[in-house]
Amino acid sequence: MSAEILSAGSVAPEFTLASTPSDHVSLGDFRGRPVVLAFYPADWSPVCGDQMSLYSQILPTFREYDAAVLGISVDGVWCHQAFADARRVRFPLLADFEPKGEVARRYGAYDREQGVAQRALFVIDGDGAVAWSYLSPSGVNPGADGILDALDALRARR
Amino acid sequence: MATLRIPIHENDHSQGPGDAPVTLVEYGDYQCPYCGAAYPVVQRLQRRFGDELRFVFRNFPLAEHHPEAVSAAITAEFGAAHARFWEVHDALYESQEELGGPLYDAIVTGLGLDAPELHEAIEAEEYAEKIRDDFNGGVRSGVNGTPAFFVNGVRYDGRPDFESLEETLARALGAAKSGRSGASRR
Repeated sequence: MSAEILSAGSVAPEFTLASTPSDHVSLGDFRGRPVVLAFYPADWSPVCGDQMSLYSQILPTFREYDAAVLGISVDGVWCHQAFADARRVRFPLLADFEPKGEVARRYGAYDREQGVAQRALFVIDGDGAVAWSYLSPSGVNPGADGILDALDALRARR
Repeated sequence: MATLRIPIHENDHSQGPGDAPVTLVEYGDYQCPYCGAAYPVVQRLQRRFGDELRFVFRNFPLAEHHPEAVSAAITAEFGAAHARFWEVHDALYESQEELGGPLYDAIVTGLGLDAPELHEAIEAEEYAEKIRDDFNGGVRSGVNGTPAFFVNGVRYDGRPDFESLEETLARALGAAKSGRSGASRR
């Protein structure tokens, strides 16, 4: 297991990761907007409406908050691309691939035993601070209720 | 712990007594094979718990994956508008591999309903608001895929097989009967 995940009030560590074989995404690109950061163990989990496809399906709701959604796992860009195509994931899936799991480690969301990211959720405010975080048991898809509550709280703060 | 945010309401599709000590809510998608597998499980649970169980079905069509999910949900809602929801719901799951216009026609015609009227409903995306409300309420409640079950208001994270669900329902029933609030009603 890992250390504790970063909690509310922490500065969200900056990162730049590949989102496709030719593009990169940085956390700083989204300054001024809330960011939903969803670490997950692996592409291709064998269920209907797995976590990433569920979030893709509810992107219109996230857009109401002007929130960006980013998925992160240790899978490589080609794997992400095939997965995103197959499951119709329409937001960036970032490859925490080299050095493996480095970003997940910085967020306290790396499972050393399994060598994958944990199922950890972060909502980051427009100033780059963690507003909310949640670690789900790796076998349980956390859904989106906690994320939406956190986005509500952020909106109320403004 | 994810909990049901939308209490059972009069537009819900419900089987069993309104005052049953245990309420099982399913958020389901007619094209989802796991929901198809859960369909006979729920029926078995209903037989096992009888009047002590109320079952509520809400729509959670994963339209991006399942191109027939919304049309099937509209067909079921069309049935509901004619007080035949459960017949349509059951027929859709019993012929899940054949979802599509011909099946919907056969189902509603078999119930003496008007197929052209159904076509108009599907074309006009009638009942879309009800379906979307179900979906959004599910998202707010922590629905994380389909089928998603809630037992007396608490999301069920176990396996969707009969034995696992039976055990959880039996525990909820015991808690309700002994008057403990614990993981029961909210």
